[in-house]
Amino acid sequence: MEVLSQDNQMLHDSARRYLADHQPVAAFRKLQAETTDLAYDLSAFEQMSELGWMGLILPEKYGGSAFGYRAAGLIAQQLGRNLTALPFTSTAIMAATIMAAAGDAMLAQWGEQIATGKCVMALAHDETTKHQLNPLDASVLAATAIATEQGYRLSGKKQFIIDGYKADRLIITATLDGELALFCVATATDNLQIDKQILMDNRNCATAKFNNLILPKTDLIVQGEMAQNILSKALSAGRAIVAAEQVGIAKEVAARTLDYLNTRKQFGVVIGSFQALQHRAADLYCQIELTASLVATALNALDNEADEAEKLSRAAKAKADRLGKYATEESVQMHGGIGMTNELDLGLFMKRNRVLSEFLGDYACHANWLLADRNI
Amino acid sequence: MQDIDHFRAEVSHWLNENCPKTMRTPMPDDEICWGGREFAFVSDDQRLWLNRMAARGWTVPAWPKKYGGGGLNGAQQKILAEQMQAINARSPLQSFGIGMLGPALLEFGSEAQKLHYLPQIASGEIRWCQGYSEPDAGSDLASIKTAGVDEGDYFSVTGQKIWTSYADKADWIFCLVRTEPDAKKHKGISFLLFDMTSQGVSTKPIELISGESVFCETFFDAVKVPKQNIVGGRGQGWTIAKYLLNHEREMIGGSDLLFGGADVCALASAQIGVDENGRLNDSILRAELAKFIIDEMAFDAHLAMTKNYMRAGNQLGARSAELKYLGTELNQQRQNHIMAIGGLGALIWSSHNNQTHQTPRQWLRSKANSIEGGTSEIMLSILAKAVLKMPS
Repeated sequence: MEVLSQDNQMLHDSARRYLADHQPVAAFRKLQAETTDLAYDLSAFEQMSELGWMGLILPEKYGGSAFGYRAAGLIAQQLGRNLTALPFTSTAIMAATIMAAAGDAMLAQWGEQIATGKCVMALAHDETTKHQLNPLDASVLAATAIATEQGYRLSGKKQFIIDGYKADRLIITATLDGELALFCVATATDNLQIDKQILMDNRNCATAKFNNLILPKTDLIVQGEMAQNILSKALSAGRAIVAAEQVGIAKEVAARTLDYLNTRKQFGVVIGSFQALQHRAADLYCQIELTASLVATALNALDNEADEAEKLSRAAKAKADRLGKYATEESVQMHGGIGMTNELDLGLFMKRNRVLSEFLGDYACHANWLLADRNI
Repeated sequence: MQDIDHFRAEVSHWLNENCPKTMRTPMPDDEICWGGREFAFVSDDQRLWLNRMAARGWTVPAWPKKYGGGGLNGAQQKILAEQMQAINARSPLQSFGIGMLGPALLEFGSEAQKLHYLPQIASGEIRWCQGYSEPDAGSDLASIKTAGVDEGDYFSVTGQKIWTSYADKADWIFCLVRTEPDAKKHKGISFLLFDMTSQGVSTKPIELISGESVFCETFFDAVKVPKQNIVGGRGQGWTIAKYLLNHEREMIGGSDLLFGGADVCALASAQIGVDENGRLNDSILRAELAKFIIDEMAFDAHLAMTKNYMRAGNQLGARSAELKYLGTELNQQRQNHIMAIGGLGALIWSSHNNQTHQTPRQWLRSKANSIEGGTSEIMLSILAKAVLKMPS
């Protein structure tokens, strides 16, 4: 229902064409079979950078296009529809958001690197199996940094670091003098062990361990209240973008299911003529449209730096979590037995959606936060 | 830009000069101005406000001036709405004439019909009701049996309508009548306009599980309807009805009336209380409210996107079913929560002094939301066929 700006419409159309031609689900299956370290295709990453997708939220002065989060959400949706594996949310959204908010010095150092695809940067924040309800609260972090003469000494463990394996840099969160601090850490360093973590979606994910990791002073991005503000913004952006990817997944499985309903014959007729299935398909369609509007509204709020951006992003993530579950489950059920086979792609979408549901907080996490926000 | 600024200033000035102070307060349902021959104005100010706005054409700002409208373009309409909101000005007139018949006449009426009927709607002179459903034609609306027999220069209309809102208060009715008995189901219906004071028209209010209602049964016994009162030609009734139903569904789905009222969360914490961590003292209700507030945020976002889509010049068409389905289902959830939060207090039906209590009545009334204007099941079938192109 959304009316896109002309620029965004063009971006959407070109991304759709490009990914359908060059990065369809078959490309992901190929990557999966090759079991590469990166779990994404470097040449595809290069092309995506050339298309400008890595710099969508960065200012033009630092190599970006300043199209904004709404535009980035359109790309994320298409990545979802095609299961395209690329370090988009990690680097182009969360790392870029952190650098853009951290000021000109950080932007000067990292903006163009990110926008041109020369640097993959992953956020290493989660330490527990579930994302924390209040992740900005320094007390939830076991990772600590101690100031030294030369810089900092960092110890801790991190997990669920999306795109963190063989990344160029990790943005590691830790407590410093009892406050939240963000560090931009080179990965080729002693005392930093990064292990690959193979999740059900077969994407790039890592765990990190560091014990007395020595960092130069320049690795500190930001500390204290400003670190909380910046991390909050990055998490909100990440959530809204992940929600957009989940909407893409839901749209794709719904479209595939609709095709199937309109061709599969049983009892001598196409099963899409049965009212029971028509109503399920129509309800799914309504939920997709509803969620798409909420996600778009959250992304617009991020672009407008609106006060309610965090609230909307969390609501969008919660709603998209529900939608992704509903859409992937309905798609398998309405396909019947064939939907359970690995030959069909539905399972790949279901797995990817399940990982995205957990990433940056699931439905329950955000529902709890939203209730607290309403004082209940 | 300068013109627009000038227009804004002029509108603001005029509203300030002309909107009576008592018309700048929140409007309870029983103070809505519906217009019509028999309408009892609640105050002189209400009448004055209607007449002043009607004189400028601002009861229907988008309609052309020659039909009693304001002839305002989209940007001007928005400004008028904003400026009215800025001083809390009440809507001067609400009616099925404005919301339903008017748009249908603008689309399908003859020039003579537009010139005759539209100004009467704009001024609030004539109040209209809608004759669609029949006892045996609900979801299957096109199977209506009310017959209009061709008697030369008039149709003789006999039959029964049901769920006719405000039939007992309306001056005229726009009505689906089978005038072509030999044509196929959808092709045999015409859209007729006639006076409710005509010989042979009678009405009977319907009491619902929620108490008194605006719905009526409406009976026609050989009512003479002149042939010039047909809109869009013989057998064109279904086309017009579909157009109007889309319009009605947009209105229901986007209705502020559906979504006004108390903040459910605030109500819950006040009634049920919270623990030392600020959590509602009922974890099961809390979980249900979470789902509700997220759905409510999504619907608000979707409604705003939809309004924007329409302001950009797009027609919703069959997608009005989406808004109607989602909006009404959400309102039913809201009403269920209000009852659960209210406990015993929400069960009180009336007080000793015969005062009626609204909470349980609104809850019961909301059960009709997923039925009236097309059931949720019909909405899903429309979406499946018209939007998803699923086979019959």
